[in-house]
Amino acid sequence: MHRRTLLSTIGAAVAAGTLPKAWATTVGVTATEIKIGHTIPYSGPASAYGVIGQGHTAFFKMLNENGGIAGRKINFISLDDGYLPPKTVEQVRRLVEQDQVAFLFNTLGTPNNTAIQKYVNQKKVPHLFLATGADKWGNYKEFPWTIGWQPSYRTEAQIYAKYITLNHPNAKIAVLYQNDDFGKDYLIGLKDALGADYGKLVVKEASYEVTDATIDSQAVSFQASGADVLVTAATPKFAAQTIRKVYDLGWKPLHFMTNVSASVGAVITPAGPEKAVGVITSQYAKDPTEPTWKDDPGMNEWRGFMKKYLPDADLSDSGYVFSYGVCNTLLQVLKQCGDDFSRENIMKQATNLKDLEIPTLLPGIKVNTSPTNYHPIRQMQLAKWNGKTWELFGSVIEGAGT
Amino acid sequence: MNGLLHQLVSGIASGGIYASVALALVMIYQATHHVNFAQGEMAMFSTYIALTLIEAGVPYWGAFVITVAVSFVIGAAIQRVLMNPMANAPVLASVGIFIGLLLMFNSVAGWLFTYTLKPFPSPFGEGPPLFGGFVSRHELGSTIVTLIVLLTVWAFFRFTRLGLAMRAAAFNPVSSRLVGIPVGSMLALGWGLAAAIGAVAGMMIAPVVFLDPNMMSGVLLYAFAGALLGGITNPLGAVVGGFMVGVIENIGGAYIVGTELKLTLALVIIVVVLVVRPAGLFGKTVVNRV
Repeated sequence: MHRRTLLSTIGAAVAAGTLPKAWATTVGVTATEIKIGHTIPYSGPASAYGVIGQGHTAFFKMLNENGGIAGRKINFISLDDGYLPPKTVEQVRRLVEQDQVAFLFNTLGTPNNTAIQKYVNQKKVPHLFLATGADKWGNYKEFPWTIGWQPSYRTEAQIYAKYITLNHPNAKIAVLYQNDDFGKDYLIGLKDALGADYGKLVVKEASYEVTDATIDSQAVSFQASGADVLVTAATPKFAAQTIRKVYDLGWKPLHFMTNVSASVGAVITPAGPEKAVGVITSQYAKDPTEPTWKDDPGMNEWRGFMKKYLPDADLSDSGYVFSYGVCNTLLQVLKQCGDDFSRENIMKQATNLKDLEIPTLLPGIKVNTSPTNYHPIRQMQLAKWNGKTWELFGSVIEGAGT
Repeated sequence: MNGLLHQLVSGIASGGIYASVALALVMIYQATHHVNFAQGEMAMFSTYIALTLIEAGVPYWGAFVITVAVSFVIGAAIQRVLMNPMANAPVLASVGIFIGLLLMFNSVAGWLFTYTLKPFPSPFGEGPPLFGGFVSRHELGSTIVTLIVLLTVWAFFRFTRLGLAMRAAAFNPVSSRLVGIPVGSMLALGWGLAAAIGAVAGMMIAPVVFLDPNMMSGVLLYAFAGALLGGITNPLGAVVGGFMVGVIENIGGAYIVGTELKLTLALVIIVVVLVVRPAGLFGKTVVNRV
């Protein structure tokens, strides 16, 4: 430890005399290279997310083959954290202190990012475009070095509430939520958008614990409450149970389902595709399996990239679409940086995106950030399950507030 | 009133889930005087075996019988290979093995069958709900299956020499050996039967909660609570306890304390019962003569 301190002191002293002044602040950047750090579960129960990391790696490979950024190649260091927060802390410390990355990009998981957020903000390492839907990554006052990317759960709930007040002003709403930050973000979002009417419109809220066996009791209470709209903020297993129980009860509410549980394979198929007809969710990215995007230029660009750099990948996996979208956002930030890759400037450019259009996002959805808006994507479009696919309807809706 | 009745019935239905796993816990406790923490994961694994067979084209009841038989063999094999060397080790060593088994079954299931949620067929058909829409066919059918298993277990311990020998082997291995009971085989038999009962429970639960490697993690907790409430030495007590936990949880959650505290309420009641009657509502206090 002492020796390391000594060495770095000597190093700094030598550098101060010989190198230009900017050197001290451009950690992880040389004349030929930009180092980017990343963590994701390549192993363990959440390893299905690993495809996102593969997508990123391929994207930067493409970028490097095309000449890189401002004459520099990207050195993308992607480490496995097994979705375990303590492991994420260990890997991120390694990235920051040993590998000396310029910034962290798209680290995955709400608990994992929570575990490292304080540390990276203390170190003033840009913590860009996290792969999680929690709303707290928009807290620019307390954590100015952390910024999210995808629409937050809270934004999503605001969008449902906006749709409900516009189209069903006399709705009686029931809310099922998981009793944690994820579920509670939906309650907050509904309160944001319904405002003073919340108490009048929401007739029943009920939570469940992840250890519960079923949500049958909650569903029965909802039906008894006379509600005609149901907002479900549940993880896939409980979402599938809810769809089936609502159907079995013969209850027919307008059912809004969190897009966390909109997966056809993990939720709709187990619950029964015929039982889910009429369920509404929201989307912000193009679905690779949706025939609507068969000839879409944006998706064709993505398919071309996949064909060249990930020829064996499963094209129906939306993880790759997610990866391509978030990498394109980062690309814009790096382009905007010009030749100044100091951490301050990277953060400044990340929070200065104006009406950026991404090929894999739904038409009309634009990425916007500012020093007081750390929620890059705040628009979504609703989609209804028609028995076979999610069918987009209506126009793009923007969440309330920033 | 209608709502209350509905909550009651849905409580009985989830109580049935807890009761079926509680039975497996009683079985292993009667046979070994241990509570196997991996019981739930073993049942989950058995359910995957059943699903694999069904997907391969085996008819449901055929798959059911094969799964129960295979689970019996797995259970007995675990006892022979892993638990037998632990016979004279301290209790904590066994606990270590149970936890190891829990993690192993969970990860192996995830690795073999993926973590994606899978639907599991019900043998009782889809059909419309019965009795004015209150009870689904599967709820009724699985409750009946649980009661059949209960009767069998009870009769086995009460009326057969084998059952008596198993209880003796668990209760006092040394004396049992002296009167000619093959203690090792009895323990293996107990493990096998517990695994078989767990397999039945898994196959009855999966159609309700969907099958994934973490299917049993929550259920085992409730089943354990039910078994303690009724008395872990008594199959009937464990089943009644399981149903009670389900009903208390539902009624309490819907009308008394709200969903956030419903499990707490159920556990408080259990603690109170155990303080008054440490052996559970139906349990017998076992006195060891030294």
